[in-house]
Amino acid sequence: MARIDLPGAAAGPGRLLRWLHFDGVLLLAVLTLIGLGLAILYSAAGENVAMVSRQGMRLMIALGVMALVAQVPAHQLRRLTPWLYLGGLLLLVLVLVMGEVGKGAQRWLDLGVVRFQPSEVMKLAVPMAVAWFFAERPLPPRGRDLLLAGLIVALPAALIAKEPDLGTALLVAMAGFFVIFLSGVRYRLLAILFGLGLAALPVLWHFMHGYQRDRVLTFLNPERDPLGTGYHIIQSMIAVGSGGIYGKGWLNGTQAQLDFLPERSTDFIFSVFGEEFGLLGAGVLLALYVFIVLRGLHIALKAQDTYARLLAGSLSLTFSVYVFVNVGMVIGLLPVVGVPLPLVSYGGTSMVTLLAAFGMLMSIHSHRRLVAH
Amino acid sequence: MRRESLKDPIRERRQFVWRAVVAALIVFALYAGVLSRLVDLQVLQHARYAGMAHDNRVHIVALPPPRGLIYDRHGVLLAENVPSYSLDVTPEQVPDMDATLQALKKVVALSDDDIRRFKSEVRGKWPFKSITLRFNLTPEEVARFAVQRYRFPGVDIEARLRRYYPFGGVMVDAVGYVGRIDLKELKSVDAQNYEGTSHFGKTGIERYYESRLHGKVGYDQIEVNAKGRQIRVLSHHPPVPGEDLVLSLDAGLQQATVNAMKGREGAAVAIDPRNGGVLALVSSPSYDPNWFVDGISSARYKSLRNNSRRPLFNRALAGQYPPGSTIKPFMALAGLQNGIVTPDQQVYAGPYWQIPGDPAQRKYRDWKYGGHGLTDVAKAITESADTYFYQLAFHLGIDKMHSFLTQFRLGQPTDIDTMGSRSGLLPSPQWKRRTRGHVWYPGNTVVAGIGQGFMLTTPLQLASATATLSMRGEGFRPRLLRAARDPLSGAIAAAPSTALAPVKLRSSAYWNSVITGMTQVTQKRDGTAWRVFQGFPYVVGGKTGTAQVTSQRYSDEADESKIPYKLRDNGLFIAFAPADHPLIAVAVVVEHGGGGSRSAAPVAREMIDYYLAHNTLRKKGRLVLKANVPHDLHLQLTQSPSGGVAARPQVNTHGTH
Repeated sequence: MARIDLPGAAAGPGRLLRWLHFDGVLLLAVLTLIGLGLAILYSAAGENVAMVSRQGMRLMIALGVMALVAQVPAHQLRRLTPWLYLGGLLLLVLVLVMGEVGKGAQRWLDLGVVRFQPSEVMKLAVPMAVAWFFAERPLPPRGRDLLLAGLIVALPAALIAKEPDLGTALLVAMAGFFVIFLSGVRYRLLAILFGLGLAALPVLWHFMHGYQRDRVLTFLNPERDPLGTGYHIIQSMIAVGSGGIYGKGWLNGTQAQLDFLPERSTDFIFSVFGEEFGLLGAGVLLALYVFIVLRGLHIALKAQDTYARLLAGSLSLTFSVYVFVNVGMVIGLLPVVGVPLPLVSYGGTSMVTLLAAFGMLMSIHSHRRLVAH
Repeated sequence: MRRESLKDPIRERRQFVWRAVVAALIVFALYAGVLSRLVDLQVLQHARYAGMAHDNRVHIVALPPPRGLIYDRHGVLLAENVPSYSLDVTPEQVPDMDATLQALKKVVALSDDDIRRFKSEVRGKWPFKSITLRFNLTPEEVARFAVQRYRFPGVDIEARLRRYYPFGGVMVDAVGYVGRIDLKELKSVDAQNYEGTSHFGKTGIERYYESRLHGKVGYDQIEVNAKGRQIRVLSHHPPVPGEDLVLSLDAGLQQATVNAMKGREGAAVAIDPRNGGVLALVSSPSYDPNWFVDGISSARYKSLRNNSRRPLFNRALAGQYPPGSTIKPFMALAGLQNGIVTPDQQVYAGPYWQIPGDPAQRKYRDWKYGGHGLTDVAKAITESADTYFYQLAFHLGIDKMHSFLTQFRLGQPTDIDTMGSRSGLLPSPQWKRRTRGHVWYPGNTVVAGIGQGFMLTTPLQLASATATLSMRGEGFRPRLLRAARDPLSGAIAAAPSTALAPVKLRSSAYWNSVITGMTQVTQKRDGTAWRVFQGFPYVVGGKTGTAQVTSQRYSDEADESKIPYKLRDNGLFIAFAPADHPLIAVAVVVEHGGGGSRSAAPVAREMIDYYLAHNTLRKKGRLVLKANVPHDLHLQLTQSPSGGVAARPQVNTHGTH
């Protein structure tokens, strides 16, 4: 299938893909991942066909969004960027003023037909905005430019943190940070930034909610709360560890099938995978993720202007962090945070954003000749 | 922007390539970390985790903390924990629930109530958590089940601590009781801390101090085999027991009070006027709280609830009675303070009194045929002269009466550390208009002067107001808790008493004449309670009260036994002793007991007698309390022979260590 990407290979599917502005390699990897995800969801959901088909529907919609986004050339995206960013900011303010409270936090905006989270828009709009800002300026950025870029990142992050949704705020801030990192900002400045971040930790602690502090403390010492969050971690580690090298086989994970594993079709779906497919399966899954990240970086390297390059790079790196945070949580390397496993976890909120990002990568890759000539 | 710093696409791209390479390396490093962790879990530690998963693994078992004990002021146990055995079922491990329950019926006694409750609990819990099917197995049942245990996978005998009230119904109105925790209660607390806790304070001290009595949950991490049987304890984290509470209650006095009530309907409350500590709190008749601990049978509960003598009703806290003549000392203070009378002023108190200018010429009669003649304040109290107080109340007016009596916290919710006290009622014109839709008549004020009409007080309020009066206006918040013992350090901390805003009068002579009047009630031949306190070794200040429960006039009936029981007057008595430096204040209500001097005063006499005889010494002709301070208490608690503190039964729910 790798032939598809070669220029001049005028085979049928290749031409179709190019006409659709799809990147065949990325598409293949994403579809493989989605296929694996549906298979493991079927097992995690207790062979519940309804849940799997509901997830399938969401995926179809998200893939549709990806296809649409892929049609928009990068220079158009760039023109739209400030409007998207400002619109997103406005929505965030609206959410704080009149949003719906769900699970103790205001995150949702009800638009009559659909309810959605403006913070999801910001996951894309923030890196786009920083890339847009840097596109016309001399790089590496310094002084005032760097400060303004920081402001572009910090403003929406602060609004999201106030909802309060600290996890998403951090992810959004990180997406913006990756653009700054890729723009070539001096390492010395990065080190200072890192130091400031460390210094801000106690302040952050002060603003955390009780349950958030609990999670951090439980992460530092899972035994502290063996009846609550610690129970999730312990059971998850037992699931993964008992999977061994080859796994217990599809639909045969005792931890998952006997209800020991909580949240097993959403945040903890990776441990079902680890239990049923073992180290080999988990390794394949991780390799697939790494492959997608590398393909994204490849697209970034091939991109022909600063905006597209920075955006593609940031989107890829952010994707890699999502995976790392989720898997790290499941195997007890990181505290429990509500980050789903991209393209695999049950639920539709982040799926659309994620596939829209892949649509952008594909657009950047497939439209580049038009821009170059 | 400076012109010379132009964009340099070539340099930017080169820069980007470097950064992308660094980023890719970091990504690789992170994922290598994940992979190595996976290798660690799935290869190196695989055997351990596979073992945990395969043998049905590690269970976390919550260890409920032992509930704090409750003592009286001398260290007598009022609520303790005794070991008991229960039958617990883990639904997940039972192959056929209905068959198992049927078979179990032949081994232990199981009522339909037990099975119904069990089944409703099964629905709400995780299948691997055990649920208690029966509490309090007899030793025979334990033995019978033990030999047949192999037949019942998933069913186990658990040793736990059961709340036990050694005094039965004697203490229940003060101490309260615990019962099975319900969903609403579980939602009101930190559910995690109540993991494994099966009981919750339902009334009284048990309810009010639930959070302090409960303690902190502990847990065992245990390894169990596929049948759910425990293999070993991986780690043990003991629970922190609840605080032991020491009440101001005197168990002996409480018992003496119950005895003196002789099962009659009514209530009695005794308070230490110097600090508000409640010495006795009795509602009669009562019931055994031990019935409620593991769930009362519906038949027994129904019979308690439908009993016309209302044993479940806590009369001491929630019984609202017209105070009758016991209000007179307070009314006298109101008259003196507002200048209606002076201490020495002689007022004519005849056989009846009429409101001046009342066209209907209604006669408000005195209880005494022929009246009392010229009467001062002290005599009016001593002889309980109704006609004196009709006039006083009329000239005082309802508004001043209301605001003065409010200072004694009548007609307001009583701030006490237990549940279920009611506020009584101090009527006012505004109140009458609001609730009855009528205007206030002068006649309402007149009858209020002798504690009749709309006025209602609880026995607790009367006792507290009497305590304040005996201390010449210095009042304290009534409280049951005297001290608490920290479960870890064993240190006893005294619960501080809270002074209330004092009642201030224009002259201390007012207090003198009212207290003199009350003392003469028991000391003078003309006193309404003279006969009861004849030859009593302590000087008591008191006041009788007889309150009509119906507007029908039966009082003229010479032979009381001809009056239907439910229509007979309530007898009341308030008292404090010794009169010159009070150590105890009491209020007694005997429902339908007839005159207060005959029914209620003897109960008060027994109470004062018991308390002063057992708690005081005579020093230079003056009564003083025996040494009875927290450090003394500490000594008694640790030496408690009933095994209360030092030998608290260490119940080991798993039998492994």
